[in-house]
Amino acid sequence: MSKPIHLKDHSKDAGIVHRRLLVAAVLVLALVGALVARMYYLQVTQYEHHSTLSENNRVHVQPIPPTRGRIYDRNGEVLAENRPSYSLTITRDRVKDLPATFDLLKSLLALSDEDVEQAERRLMQARRPFESVPVMLELTQEQIARIAINQFRLPGVEVQASFVRYYPFADHFAHALGYVGRINERELKSIDTVAYAGTHYIGKTGVERYYEELLHGTVGYEEVETNARGRVLRVLSRTEPVAGKDLTLQLDANLQRVAEEALGDRRGAVVAIDPATGGVLAFVSKPGFDPNLFVTGISYADYGALRDSLDQPLFNRVLRGQYPPGSTIKPVVALSGLDSGATTRSARVYDPGFFQLPNFSHKYRNWNRSGDGWVDMSYAIARSNDTYFYDLANKMGIDKMHDYLTRFGIGQRVSIDMYEEAPGLMPSSEWKRNKYKQPWYPGETLIAGIGQGYMLATPLQLAQTMALIANHGKWHRPRLLMDAEGIPPDESDTPDDIKLRDESDWGFITQAMQDVMQSPHGTARAAAKGAEYNMAGKSGTAQVVAIAQGERYDSKSLRERHRDHALFVGFAPTEKPLIAVAALVENGESGGRVAGPVVRAVFDAWVLPRLPKPEVEITDAPQEAAP
Amino acid sequence: MKRPTPMPASAGLSRRESFWTRIHVDPWLLVLILGLAVVDAFVLYSASGKSVGMVYRQMAYFAVGIAVMVVIAQFQPRFMQRWVPVAYVGGTLLLVAVLLFGTEAKGAQRWLTVPGVMRFQPSEILKLVMPMSVAWYLGARTLPPRFKHVVIALAIIFIPVVLILKQPDLGTSLLIAASGIFALLLAGLLLRYIIGALLLLAPAAAGMWYFVMHGYQKQRVLTFLNPESDPLGSGWNIIQSKAAIGSGGVFGKGWLQGTQSHLDFLPEGHTDFIIAVLAEEFGMVGVCLLLGVYMLLISRGLVITLQAQDAFCKLLAGSITLTFFVYVFVNIGMVSGLLPVVGVPLPFISYGGTSLITLLSGFGILMSIHTHRKWMAQSS
Repeated sequence: MSKPIHLKDHSKDAGIVHRRLLVAAVLVLALVGALVARMYYLQVTQYEHHSTLSENNRVHVQPIPPTRGRIYDRNGEVLAENRPSYSLTITRDRVKDLPATFDLLKSLLALSDEDVEQAERRLMQARRPFESVPVMLELTQEQIARIAINQFRLPGVEVQASFVRYYPFADHFAHALGYVGRINERELKSIDTVAYAGTHYIGKTGVERYYEELLHGTVGYEEVETNARGRVLRVLSRTEPVAGKDLTLQLDANLQRVAEEALGDRRGAVVAIDPATGGVLAFVSKPGFDPNLFVTGISYADYGALRDSLDQPLFNRVLRGQYPPGSTIKPVVALSGLDSGATTRSARVYDPGFFQLPNFSHKYRNWNRSGDGWVDMSYAIARSNDTYFYDLANKMGIDKMHDYLTRFGIGQRVSIDMYEEAPGLMPSSEWKRNKYKQPWYPGETLIAGIGQGYMLATPLQLAQTMALIANHGKWHRPRLLMDAEGIPPDESDTPDDIKLRDESDWGFITQAMQDVMQSPHGTARAAAKGAEYNMAGKSGTAQVVAIAQGERYDSKSLRERHRDHALFVGFAPTEKPLIAVAALVENGESGGRVAGPVVRAVFDAWVLPRLPKPEVEITDAPQEAAP
Repeated sequence: MKRPTPMPASAGLSRRESFWTRIHVDPWLLVLILGLAVVDAFVLYSASGKSVGMVYRQMAYFAVGIAVMVVIAQFQPRFMQRWVPVAYVGGTLLLVAVLLFGTEAKGAQRWLTVPGVMRFQPSEILKLVMPMSVAWYLGARTLPPRFKHVVIALAIIFIPVVLILKQPDLGTSLLIAASGIFALLLAGLLLRYIIGALLLLAPAAAGMWYFVMHGYQKQRVLTFLNPESDPLGSGWNIIQSKAAIGSGGVFGKGWLQGTQSHLDFLPEGHTDFIIAVLAEEFGMVGVCLLLGVYMLLISRGLVITLQAQDAFCKLLAGSITLTFFVYVFVNIGMVSGLLPVVGVPLPFISYGGTSLITLLSGFGILMSIHTHRKWMAQSS
């Protein structure tokens, strides 16, 4: 019944499609016309141009690598620069007989089999056709001369001048700056190969890695005409590269030197922060290594020696060293106790030399076995009384401690621009349930109160807790960068400032920490001797080997490397803090006696020149200004 | 049951079917395709650096593809029509599967691997299923399509296209979208819809450009539109291919005499950029002859579309033919620097089995449409 309608529709449909087909056919013809016109343009109009290019000469696009940005300290001292260097490059597509070329090079330059192997490996990494790949770096004048004489026998082989990264301070800033090295296979997959055409180095660690994008710059290129042998005849067009941005760091090379000298030959870390800005003023991790070794490719032997050394020179202790903070965490625990209402400034605890949980026999010992008697908070900090903090931790409970200490940066990355930073660890009952499928035990809360047990912090985090106390809770993430030609560090992710219910608690804790250093009963009074300004500090020790119950700690019987790590944190001057410091001396045993003087030396070097000078000293000043 | 029911075939019995119709092969298409295979053998031999193995493999692909084409031609268009919904849903599910557990290669996730059996790209299937689906949907409705039907047809087009875009495979997704849109346009999509869509797209694109996209994304779009601004990346190929084409001149340098293409200046000389080799060695004359063969193929496709007997067949045949032209146009336009670089092979000439077999399957459909006609409607 509906058939006639369909037939009618059918022919109408056909008409519609046919009209559209006609339009399509016209369009197809027009577009084919466009293709033919394009071919005519290329093959007839521009024939001469293309034909000349293709006859004997070849057009090439050569990348021009940008100059990597330099790195300066806050006073303009060069920490990383670029040094001209000659390297031997091979363009594989132009070499007629590769094995013969290598044989010739081997005899000319007295290369070992290993050198040749490495060169061949590098050659395999070519990314584009006609890319010249540096196969040997740091050629000597004699080697350059030998190549020049034999150039005619070596098509495709060239000596090229290029810039190589150089770190004038060698091992002194190795851990802070990091280093660049040759781009490896893995990195090749993740980088923009166009942006890195012509660049053979990339930041591997540290500032060099974190600010790679700024330091690298923008690649330029030139279109050149070369003859069949690859010699450049004419530059057709050139787009200049844009050099990478120079970085000015917060670091102070002089303070860095002072910190290193104070640490002496011991293994350890010193990190100093300007509390007002978060700028890292000194960043020492000892022992260091010479980053220049890594730039042009470190030998297996050298690398093996560094990697296998018992002193772990490659280990970045400031950022990757995660230690139990020990007593250095006590000021923060005390602040948490005050603010959470678990205790008051004047509440006293009796210390018989140990603390016992009700119904448990285990004795949690104070370091002073004879006990300090009745102690309040201020005295407990000054004496580093463990019993008081066992009691306070017990009153607060681990989860409240976790909440507070987390706000101080424990257990999380605190820096803006330190690539390798480890997060440390701030335990909680939930964390333990997830990690070990076990409940949290009350005893674990007690030792957390004195910074032992699961809790781990890096020296950087400890310095940051000091900067926070010095700054009354105002957060500035620690950063190495001061400025990259107008680009400041990215502060978008700054944690919330710490607001205390009673703001005067900051001053109270600061005074207690000043007592540590400058009161007759302070544990670190020796470190502050003869000071011209007031300083606040706290010592700590991080246990390396757990001591069994009832066993007495006998350092002489332990090998040196099993001794406790010495820690010291502090800031100065207490009235208007200019610097916050954390020092770690591995196996240094006594925080106050070993790490304390290191911190004091750093304080002095930074604070003394910045103190308002007394009038008298003017007479000692040079008389140049006088007429 | 809105679908037009074909007339009984009794009228056709009186007329004797030719040999070609009985075996359901269109001799015109077959001869042209075989001609292109011969051209391909020569060009590929040169472009591959005289690799007999590669030519041999490509000819084997041609053999397999032609066999597939002939087999497909045996099916009634009505049979295909019946299975379109299943094919569409199946193909789309395969695309989802690719995104979920596809095999990754060169930064894109395009393949599905059946362990130990094979590896294939479901987007290839969609190249055929897409025009069929739109033709199936619109062919069953009165033309020109009403607004509601246009919206549904667009949905049919864009679901798989978006899935392919996410792999990511811009070139393929654009081609597949084009094949669906051609069917929609052939169905008589009203001019006001076309203009309306353009009017909507322009401000949307401008808004994206000014308010949504980041600087580096804009840079990528600019580079895409003008590859020569990026001579170390995609522009490298274009600079070299233009030099190759241009140096060919009117008559070319002669077979195997191309220098640009043989000195590794031209990457992918045997796949997407093969027209540059042909243009260098056979000149403008060679390119025009090749374009002529393509035009004959397209003309034949348009004739088949004209003679197809129902809306489904017309839309399908027209869409396949025009999509084929787009392949040719986009590839040659890209290599000669007219169009942005998208990975589109040159039909029948670029090296590669998968695209060849898909292409020949499309021509199998054309043959099926043409040789299964009932003779009742033949007036001339």
